[in-house]
Amino acid sequence: MKRREFIKNSGKVIALGSILPGFSISALAAHNSMSNMLAASANLNDNVLVMIQLNGGNDGLNTLIPLDQYSNLSLYRKNILIPERKLLALNGHGGVRLHPSMTGIQNLFNESKVNFIQGVGYPNQNFSHFRSTDIWLSGSDADKVVPTGWMGRYLNYEFPNFPEGFPNNDMPDPLGIQIGAFVSPVFQGPIFPMAISISNDKDFYDMINGTDTSVPNNAIGKELAYIREVKGQAQSFNKVIKTAASKVTMQATYPAGNKLADQLKIVAKLIKGGLKTKVYMVDLGGFDNHAGQVDSSDASIGVHANLLKTLSDAIQAFQKDLEFLGIADRVIGMTMSEFGRRIASNASLGTDHGSALPMMVFGKNVNSGIVGSNPNIPSTFNPNHNLAMQYDFRSVYASILNDWFCVDTSSLQTILLNNYQQLPILKSGNCTSSIHDLNQQAGIKWMDAYPNPFVEKLTIEYKTKGGHTLIQLFDTEGKLIDTFVNESKLAGSYTYTYYPPYISKGVYYCRFQNESIQQVVTLVSER
Amino acid sequence: MPIVSTKGLTAVSEVLDTKKAMYLLRRTLFGISRNDVAAFVGKNISDAVDELLIASPAPNPPLNNYNNSKPDANVAYGQTWVNAPFDQDLQGDRMFSFKSWLAGVMLTQNHSITEKMCLFFQNLLPIESDVVNDPRVLYRNYEMLRRNCLGNFKVMIKENTIDIAMLQYLNGDKNNKNAPDENYSRELQELFTLGKGPDSKYTEEDVKQAAKVLTGYQINRNTLTYFFNSALHDTSNKTFSSFYNNATITGKTGAQGEQELQELIDMIFQQQEVARHFCRKLYKFFVYYEIDAIIETNVILPLSQILVNNNWEIKPVLKALFMSEHFWDTENFGVHIKSPLDFMIGYMKEMDIALPSTTSYETYYRVLFEPAKYAALFRQEIYNPPSVSGWEAYYQLPLYHENWINTDTITRRNQISAFLLVGYNVSGFRLQADVIAYTKKFSTPSDPNLLIDEALSFLHTITATQPLKDSLKSILLFNQTQDYYWTDAWNAHINDPTNASKKNTVSGLLTAFYKYIFDMAEYQLY
Repeated sequence: MKRREFIKNSGKVIALGSILPGFSISALAAHNSMSNMLAASANLNDNVLVMIQLNGGNDGLNTLIPLDQYSNLSLYRKNILIPERKLLALNGHGGVRLHPSMTGIQNLFNESKVNFIQGVGYPNQNFSHFRSTDIWLSGSDADKVVPTGWMGRYLNYEFPNFPEGFPNNDMPDPLGIQIGAFVSPVFQGPIFPMAISISNDKDFYDMINGTDTSVPNNAIGKELAYIREVKGQAQSFNKVIKTAASKVTMQATYPAGNKLADQLKIVAKLIKGGLKTKVYMVDLGGFDNHAGQVDSSDASIGVHANLLKTLSDAIQAFQKDLEFLGIADRVIGMTMSEFGRRIASNASLGTDHGSALPMMVFGKNVNSGIVGSNPNIPSTFNPNHNLAMQYDFRSVYASILNDWFCVDTSSLQTILLNNYQQLPILKSGNCTSSIHDLNQQAGIKWMDAYPNPFVEKLTIEYKTKGGHTLIQLFDTEGKLIDTFVNESKLAGSYTYTYYPPYISKGVYYCRFQNESIQQVVTLVSER
Repeated sequence: MPIVSTKGLTAVSEVLDTKKAMYLLRRTLFGISRNDVAAFVGKNISDAVDELLIASPAPNPPLNNYNNSKPDANVAYGQTWVNAPFDQDLQGDRMFSFKSWLAGVMLTQNHSITEKMCLFFQNLLPIESDVVNDPRVLYRNYEMLRRNCLGNFKVMIKENTIDIAMLQYLNGDKNNKNAPDENYSRELQELFTLGKGPDSKYTEEDVKQAAKVLTGYQINRNTLTYFFNSALHDTSNKTFSSFYNNATITGKTGAQGEQELQELIDMIFQQQEVARHFCRKLYKFFVYYEIDAIIETNVILPLSQILVNNNWEIKPVLKALFMSEHFWDTENFGVHIKSPLDFMIGYMKEMDIALPSTTSYETYYRVLFEPAKYAALFRQEIYNPPSVSGWEAYYQLPLYHENWINTDTITRRNQISAFLLVGYNVSGFRLQADVIAYTKKFSTPSDPNLLIDEALSFLHTITATQPLKDSLKSILLFNQTQDYYWTDAWNAHINDPTNASKKNTVSGLLTAFYKYIFDMAEYQLY
């Protein structure tokens, strides 16, 4: 038997071809053939998305503060509530304030480079970091486990044969780059991870600076250096990354000692250096502040304030660098976190796991402003109350895929596993799709529900401008109680009558969404 | 030039701690489980080495595992084929069985150096299954290696000369007085005994003369034994060069012609270079591949003297080497690159990977084939080195062991180590490292710092750096800063083991954690 036959005789050899180093293991379990279902996209532009993951669950209520709810907030979180006078104002949005350490974001917002999306979450909030992160990264429903990541599915849609035939002339570079220890599940494609990771920041710095990680001057050092060298050669993208990085010798100033800024500086360098990589992911951990979120003497300083300063300073420096480097037109960034915090603080100056929170998208091409409204803080105190969800996080993904990566709407459903309504986060012109102007709808009452409080019967009157219309009832922990309307409607006014069969006394949120328009009504059941 | 130990063969007298036990066992076995380490910690080195040098009992022979797909008219399912009649149609299946079986012998070995020595001799006295493609013949060769690997080297070389696999491989069976074939005669001197060192000065004429001595040995394909055909033996006198002190082997007729072989072996083994060549080979296989003048003087020469003084018994040499302060110099810890078999078998043992029932022959052999297959993909196929010189990594200047690592093999090594973490099905059996069960065997799995320290000290030979520990911790802590993220996740699973979501969280983190450890260059060394 010849050698080749021996190997062939083994039955099914798992042929991985040019699989990438740092590939994530969940890859290997998944074996569906979505790549065959999806055709390649034609309209690939040179737009880049930078995802910033805030691990731990960011306290949205102390990030973007609803000024009109300030007195109710003081019922819930007096010990961590930042004095009103210290909050930062946002041009044109008198009812909203920013955390005092976020001067960088304030500047960017006032320069029309930031879009906040209020109340982002998903039905049936899961309060586990791990599970909720999975949900955000995979884009799955709360009760489903999806082995692929939403960005992995998008990249698979653009590059269906990857890694066969890659790199090539059209795409000589990694499709996605994760700065961090291992490739995030967000990049997991149907079979292969669609991104590489720069597995160790120091190694990476050494690589782009052309210095070797020091090894001891003995036989072990000799063997380690040898294996590392071969590993480096095996990483087919090392050379292109190094080449790209070496082209950029001048960058704007980044704050020192800022872990996120260090990562974003690399990203800017690689984009400017010519990588065609579509997506970068960086992260900042430490947001899970159950205790000691704020300083006991001053709620405007402390752990959370430092984290927000790190975030804000890094993003501002990154944006300035993008402009300095002349690439700001084609880069946007997005923050995401697995959940917000509970409305009520706890006695140890921290907050427990909550539900919806604001997301931030920044860049020259975002629609500056705030999508959605200030969250409603119930006036009756209950330590378990959570914020109502205004937008599904997958609506944000859908909007970015459609308006930034120009994915057509029918493919969106395949990538995101469902149909999600889109939001006017990005300026028009990146693709040809139309942008809705929220301001035209300002002041319209889309939905009303009465009586409130209700006992046996609830009447919901709503208007729709036509198209997909959705009305859902949530409890204050974010659990989906019922879906009243979920269909395409002709423009007009409608009435829906609800006879609550079993719900208990307490506060509920009724959520209306007609494409980008959303409205939440707080209801009280006295049944 | 890297620093290598200058120490010699003075015996150490120490008790094995964990690090030393792991070092000794990894060098003498194919990988180790934590149970293996526990069994040796606290022993003194002399006792430990003695135990390792006891030959393990002969394994049961390889079996018919292939009957369900290819019925064997002569051998029932689950019975051995090693004595069955030749069957061309079943050659491939039996080869598959043989190599899977041998991987299984390595994987299930006890605390004995036997299998590592068999591989040493598979490399020193190689047979290519591409050439000798009857697995029954290979099995007999393996029996010969096994019988002698902890015995007498001189006896072994004689048995090797008339081994039917070797007779076929190096054309000994074609060597006769009418058409001499010098193939085995040359390799006997150049590769198996004297080597090609500067003091090995046999001549071309010596090759021709020795070939004449070796005429007449043939293979009986029915009994699978050699026989001496005196009619084909060259009965002339064989005279050798001054290197052999102009020795003459007097030609003999009839059955007595076979006596010339012993005379030839005696003559060759009078050369001091034989013992030196053998000890250099041992040193490169068990310690490190670079031998400078100091090591030659302090280690190789005294070792070779031990071999000669003990009349070519191998065990005293191994004992002296494994007891020596040279072997135990910490400069030698972790300098060895894992061979593909070390890597595959070692991984499966280290990670406590479960095997199917030995009596589910089809599945059991198919699973055992996995390490054999991957070792082959990594360029070390069992019983199929690339040439009569063995595997390049054991001899090829200047890279030696580094030959195992290239851009293809390092990528594949990283792949399979990840594959086995997530698991895959082999003939319906889930081949997988159970990361949770594996982690439970560390002292305090809920403490991320202890878990990182213990996992690294077991899986990496080299002391871990702080950045590596930090990276691993960021994986376990889900990129948070407090240890309780891992502790809580772990305890949540332990307290509610049937909850799939809690289990998935822990297994996901651990899978990423171990994969990171396996992907480091450090994991390739031992």
